[in-house]
Parts: sequence; C-alpha cells; structure tokens
Amino acid sequence: MYDVAIIGAGVVGSAIARELAKYQVNACVIERDEDVCCGTSKANSAIIHAGFDATPGTLKAKLNVKGNAMMDELSKELDIPFKRNGSLVVCTKDQDPSGLEKLLEKGKANGVPDLKILQRDELIKMEPNLAEDVTCALLAPTGGIVCPFHMTMAFAENAYTNGVEFFLNTEVKSIEKAPYGYTITVSKNPVGADALKGKSGDLSTIETKTIVNAAGVYADVFNNMVSNEKINIVARKGEYMLLDKTAGNHVSHTIFQLPSKMGKGVLVTPTVHGNLLVGPTAIDVDNKEAVNTTADGLDSLSATCSISVKNVPLRQVITSFAGLRAHEAKDDFIIREASDAEGFFNAAGIESPGLSSAPAIGVMVAEMVAAKLNLDKNPNFIGTRKGILNPNTLTMEERNQLIKEQPAYGNIICRCEMITEGEILDAIHRPLGARSLDGVKRRTRAGMGRCQAGFCSPRTMEILEREVPMSMYDITKNGGKSAFVVGLNKEI
Amino acid sequence: MKNYDLVIVGGGPAGLAAAVSARDNGIESILIIERDKELGGILNQCIHNGFGLHTFKEELTGPEYASRFAKQVFERNIEYKLNTMVMDISGDKVVTAMNREDGMFEIQAKAIILAMGCRERSRGALNIPGYRPAGIYSAGTAQRLVNMEGYMPGKKVVILGSGDIGLIMARRMTLEGAKVQVVAELMPYSGGLKRNIVQCLDDFGIPLKLSHTVIDIEGKERVEAVTIAEVGPDRKPIPGSEIRYECDTLLLSCGLLPENELSRSAGVELSPITSGPIVNDSLETNVDGVFACGNVLHVHDLVDYVSQEAAVAGKNAAKYIKEGKDSSAKAVEIFPEGGVRYTVPKYVRPTEIEDKLTVRFRVGAVYKNCYIATYYDDTLINKRKRPVMAPGEMEQVILDKSKLAEFPDLNKITIRIEEA
Repeated sequence: MYDVAIIGAGVVGSAIARELAKYQVNACVIERDEDVCCGTSKANSAIIHAGFDATPGTLKAKLNVKGNAMMDELSKELDIPFKRNGSLVVCTKDQDPSGLEKLLEKGKANGVPDLKILQRDELIKMEPNLAEDVTCALLAPTGGIVCPFHMTMAFAENAYTNGVEFFLNTEVKSIEKAPYGYTITVSKNPVGADALKGKSGDLSTIETKTIVNAAGVYADVFNNMVSNEKINIVARKGEYMLLDKTAGNHVSHTIFQLPSKMGKGVLVTPTVHGNLLVGPTAIDVDNKEAVNTTADGLDSLSATCSISVKNVPLRQVITSFAGLRAHEAKDDFIIREASDAEGFFNAAGIESPGLSSAPAIGVMVAEMVAAKLNLDKNPNFIGTRKGILNPNTLTMEERNQLIKEQPAYGNIICRCEMITEGEILDAIHRPLGARSLDGVKRRTRAGMGRCQAGFCSPRTMEILEREVPMSMYDITKNGGKSAFVVGLNKEI
Repeated sequence: MKNYDLVIVGGGPAGLAAAVSARDNGIESILIIERDKELGGILNQCIHNGFGLHTFKEELTGPEYASRFAKQVFERNIEYKLNTMVMDISGDKVVTAMNREDGMFEIQAKAIILAMGCRERSRGALNIPGYRPAGIYSAGTAQRLVNMEGYMPGKKVVILGSGDIGLIMARRMTLEGAKVQVVAELMPYSGGLKRNIVQCLDDFGIPLKLSHTVIDIEGKERVEAVTIAEVGPDRKPIPGSEIRYECDTLLLSCGLLPENELSRSAGVELSPITSGPIVNDSLETNVDGVFACGNVLHVHDLVDYVSQEAAVAGKNAAKYIKEGKDSSAKAVEIFPEGGVRYTVPKYVRPTEIEDKLTVRFRVGAVYKNCYIATYYDDTLINKRKRPVMAPGEMEQVILDKSKLAEFPDLNKITIRIEEA
C-alpha cells in the first residue's frame, strides 16, 4: 500500500515526487513510457519564463514567478544546466507599443523584478540581429533557459535515491475508489522485440491512499475516471526547429513576439547547450499522440521568426520536433484535490509556463498531500544530486587524470557533440539510468548534434547491449515498438 | 608537447594516400590520426565491388581497396594512432587529440593535412515533416549495421535520395531479404553514378521516381508508412500526386556534407558551395601549411580520384615542410560559370604548378552533347565535348603549365559549360 501514487514522470510529476521525498512517505511514480521526460516535458521551449505573461492572481502567475525564483538554488542543488540569459518581448513598427506597457504592468503585479522597456538604439547594442522593424522591447532579466531533460531527470533521480519508486513502461488502465483510497490497474508495456511481436503486457494493481494526477495531456482522462468535476484537456501542438551550434550565438536573449490569444508567439532563443531554437506554432489537435511535425507548421516558423529576428540561418536546422501543450479551457493550472474524490490531487492543465512553474507546483502539491496524510518530515532526505560529468568543463590535467582512472572518458562516441563513452556509461548506470538511445541522448547529448546520431547510433547500441546488458533486438529508440534492428541478415 | 612534421587527420583513403605520398617525397616524421578502430575509413563498410578500376585496373571491394593503401602505410612504417579523436586544430597548427591510452594530448605540426571525410545529411536537416519514430536511418548507418554488425534495420524499405550509398543499400537490403519498394529523388536527375542505377535498381526491378520527395512519415514508435509526392519545378509537392507506402524503414541518401568543424576551428575558409576548404593548386587552404584532400575538401564520386588528389596534397605538404613556400607567387582565380558549380582548386599559381594541373568540378544539371570550355582571360584555350554530364559525376579540366606561361598577365581563368 502506497501513501501516494503519482501518475506521470514528466517534469511536474517528478518535481512533486522529489518534494514528497522530503516527507516520510511511501510513494511511487507510474509512467507509461520507458523513461522519465517522454511527453510534454521533452518537447517545449526550454524556457524559465520571468512571469509577466500570466494574468495576475492566477496559479500560472504565482507559480511561475515562484518557480523562477527557485531555479538558482535548485540548479545548484540538483546540477541542472540553467542560465539567466534574460528575455525580450519585441514590438515592431506595425504593432501597438502599449502592449508592452500592459505586459510590464502585469509583470509588476505578478512580482517580476527588474522589468523595463528599452528602445531600439539600446536594444540593437544588446541584440544586433533583431529585425529592422523592431522598435522597442520589454526586457526581463530574470528570464532563463534550462535543459528540460536534465531538470526532469534531476528531480526524478533525486526522488528515486530518496526512496520514491518508479514504475516505467507502466500504463494506468483504470482507477477505482477503494476503502483505503484507490486501486489503480496498470499494464506493463512490452518493449523491443516483445513489442514488435505484439506481446501484450500483464495487468496488475497498485493500491494507494492518495493519487497525484500529473499526466499531462491525459490528466483529464484520469480525473474523469474518479470525479464528476470533469475537466477537458486539449492537446495544443507546438512545432519547433533546432539549429546547429554554429547558429547558437545568433541571439543571446530569448526573443519573444508580442503575445496573441493562442500563446506567446514564435520565439527565437539560444538553448542552454548552445543551439538556437525557433518555435513554437500553436494548433489544437484531436489526437493526444500527434507529435508529428507538418509542412505547414515548419513553413510558418520560417516566415514568422523573421518578424523579430533577422537572418535566422535556417539552413543550419539540424532537427525539427513537435510537443503538445496540455491546454485546459479555463486557461489556468488546475492544482487541487477533486471535491468529490478525496485524496485525488490534480496537477492538470499544466501548459506554459509549466516548466517554469514545476518547482513551485512540486512544493504546492507535496504540501497538500502531506497535510492530507499528516506526513512527518523525512530527516534522511538528501537534497543534492550530481549530474553527468561533462569532461569539456575540465582542464586538460583534470581530464587526463579522469581518463587514467576511467579510460572510457578518453573514447569519443558522439563526434558531433564530443561525448565520451564514460558519459554514456554514467547515463546507463546512474539511478533511473538510460535503457534506450533517446534515453542516452537526453542524458548525454550523444546523438543530438548535427549528424543526428548517424555515426554514434550503432556504437551506442553496442554499449547498451554490453552494459545493461540487453539483446540488440530489445534496444529501442524510445521504448515500445521502436526497436532499431529487426533480425540478422537474411533472417527476416 | 610532441612534434611531428606532418599530422594527417583521418585514416581513410585520403589520409592513407596522402601519408604514402608525403613519405615518398621525403618526410619521415608523419602521424596519421584515425578515430575508428582500423584504418580505411568508410571503405571498410563498403563491401560491394567497383573500387579501384582507375588506380589498380581491377575491381576491388572497399575493404580491399583500403587494404592496398594500408599495406603501403605499413610497409613504410608510417606512424598512426587508432581510436583517437582530434578535438581541436589551432591556427598555429597545434593538434589536440584524445584516446583511452594517452588521454588528451597536443602535437605541434609543421604541416597538417585535413582528411576527415564527410557525413550524411540527416532527416532533420532535410526538414521532412511527420513523426520521429525508429526506422529512419541514413543509408550509411544502415550500411554499417548490415555490413559490419550483421543486423537488418528493417524489412520493408523506402529510400529517399539517389546518392550512391542509397543505391548500393537498395541492392544490399534486397540481397539480405528486405523488400525495397521505391527510391524517391527530389531532383529531376539522380545524385548517384549511372552504373549504380543500372546495377542496384534496374537489375532488381526497384523503381526510381525522380522529382519526388517524402512529405509524411507515419508511425509513432516505428515507421509504419511513408508518403511521397511528385514535386514541381519549384521542388514543392504537387497536390494529388501522393503515393503512400506501408513500410517499416526509411533510408536517407540525400547528400554528403564535408566534416569541417575542425577546419573551422583552425580558421580555414570554407566554400559555401562545397562546404569544404577553399584551396589553391597545392591543395593548401588559406591557413599556411594546412592542406585538404578527399571528401572533406569536396565530395567525390570515385575513390580513385580521392587517392590521386590525396597524393597531390601529400606531395605538396612535403614540399612545404622542406622548402617553405613562396608567398609572393601570383595566384589566379578560377571562375566557374554556366553550369560549373565550383572548381577544386579555386586558385592557381602558374609559376608553382607542375607540368599539368587537374582541376575537378561538378555540374549543376544534366547536360547532353555540351562542351567544357576553358578560357584564360577572354581567350578560349580548350573546348572538349562531353556526351553526358550529370551532377552525380565529377568532371575535370587539365591545365598546362607551358600554356599558362604564355599568359604572364593572366587575371582570371574561366571554366564553363557551353552548348554546341
């Protein structure tokens, strides 16, 4: 019997798990995919918003500003790549600059520090590649960029090492009320060769006193299983293009356009790893699995990004992707216990600024659950976690010492990002370690460079085969049926 | 810091031939740095035949061709390091490299030959819309899996792009038991060699659809279907022309990109056309003593030409090490025009070249019964008829030192395609 079962190992579920681990609690996280950070958390703008955009008084406003303020300490405690590069909302000569004033006022009401409006002559000194039509902009120095994978993994690993259990490849099929709380029926999702053969998973049950619903675009499905306070999550697709690191210095701030009803418009931003990111589009879709990019979407990005930034070197695109925002009709986060389902806590409708708010959502939900269950603080909680060592940050002497102790750090596997075997071994053997190529990629960046894993895939597969160990047929891109090889030569 | 006269970055066909040539021209202190576990580069996974017809007058497989040059390297006791990655090259020719045994180390070179080869253009760089499931491979990755590891990446295959590796893999996958349904090519002509289209597609009844591209990829976990469509002259899909293929694999063979990240860090100027270094007749880049050859310089069609070019680079690097260079020698620029996309080299120093200089280039479209014309300033020097020229095959012009000497005030050389 668990005190709490969290559905979803995205950034929100993982942040809640980590905050709950500060209490004496028997907790688990249930995730349908083979890894943490496989849904909305992995495909977004990777931005820590300053918090001027949300309507004052909403949860979005409060939790964004609070989450943003937590990031300095969190990034140190949990070794999360994070940088306050500042953001600019730009206004062009065809737009009404009073839009910036309104944002400034909202920001002040939300408690965002140091906002100011700058005119073109000042702006162009900071960002020479702003479009010619940009006349003024709102500067938010507290805006930042983060690695969403590492942020999620950091929360999850730290929760795990503090005793929270993770059930990966485990899909929630149904939830029933029980005298003690809830019975969750789950199925084990087959992976690799099993999945290709169509083997279906076995059902089993998880008994828990309380549930936290952090299921992203599926949060409505689980809420509606137990509560008559129905919610409706619409998947709002956002498409992105990621550019080579050679384009990473095209801008230094996160450049937003004046927001519209559908979102914050297309942004152009450096990523914390030094690439350039352009996106997102915003289109509501019926299919909650529709993470496909579209010709129209990608074409529109090319056209729209030039409104704020000139000469974006789109020939340097190395990949494009789409993510789904969990949009709720009332346009605010739903973070509360369902009134007609005691002990069922929703963290639903977590769209932008969800990543920025996740640290604060974690605290808020953990406090609600702790109060419900009268949890005591966990005196053994260890709040720090070391990320995967990046040898590029070492001096040559330090690096040579490391290679002497662990020669794998002298062996480059990913040529584009210069990722060593040592880092991949770390990714596999650390808590909640990687079991797929995408798992290795998100942890180490092997395969995330300009050749997009063309060279390193076979080598990373060999390492997984040897180290996990696992059969080549079970090695997947990202779980399920995403196996890389289907048989031996002449065998198929 | 260690010192070598010559460091060669890359132990593929270019690096090996360059090393042999440099040694034969009197350079003792040579180090080849190779990132893979053996010499030979990408040839090691090219187990089909057809290599070496020009160089050895016989048909060899890729590994056989590589081993002929590796043997020459062994016979000359030329030093090489395997499993070693070059991390950086500085403008003053300090090479930083790393491997398991030596850790990270620096070498001061008198001259460097860049021979890093090329990589394949990825799905992401092609901006193909759709899902991002498993089952999308560059043709070279699939080639490695099948030929080196013995694993089949899929059973039902669609190939986008008619580059040579894609054509070769159409045949290989078919021979290993997969069903290759179609090869789609965006351009109205193939990017590969004619002989590969005949031997790898026609002989196996695999259709080649020119002016077609992939417009959608289905399947969230593994590829389930691929839709291709015909494109118009603007290369945009024509509505109504879509054909959907159920398949589990999409192979991409959509062009090769010289791998010049290290060159860039050394300050080497790159051509926007070839993505390779801009070089003079000695294959030297704008950085003194840094030479380039093989696919890192421009993507070749035949490895024989890589070997020839690399031998030239090796010889010139040797000359540079022994004699330095005459920086005052006048350089004349070659202007590619009328269908000639680029030339390698781009600059010629008439006083410095040997009796003959081979200038290689590619054309931008298919030309039938046209002429390759060479002009010194406005004077027509040579006009040679070619029954067919295509972007998939390299062309060449030979410049004569004696003829150049007749033009002491030469300002420009022009090479262009002309109709009859």
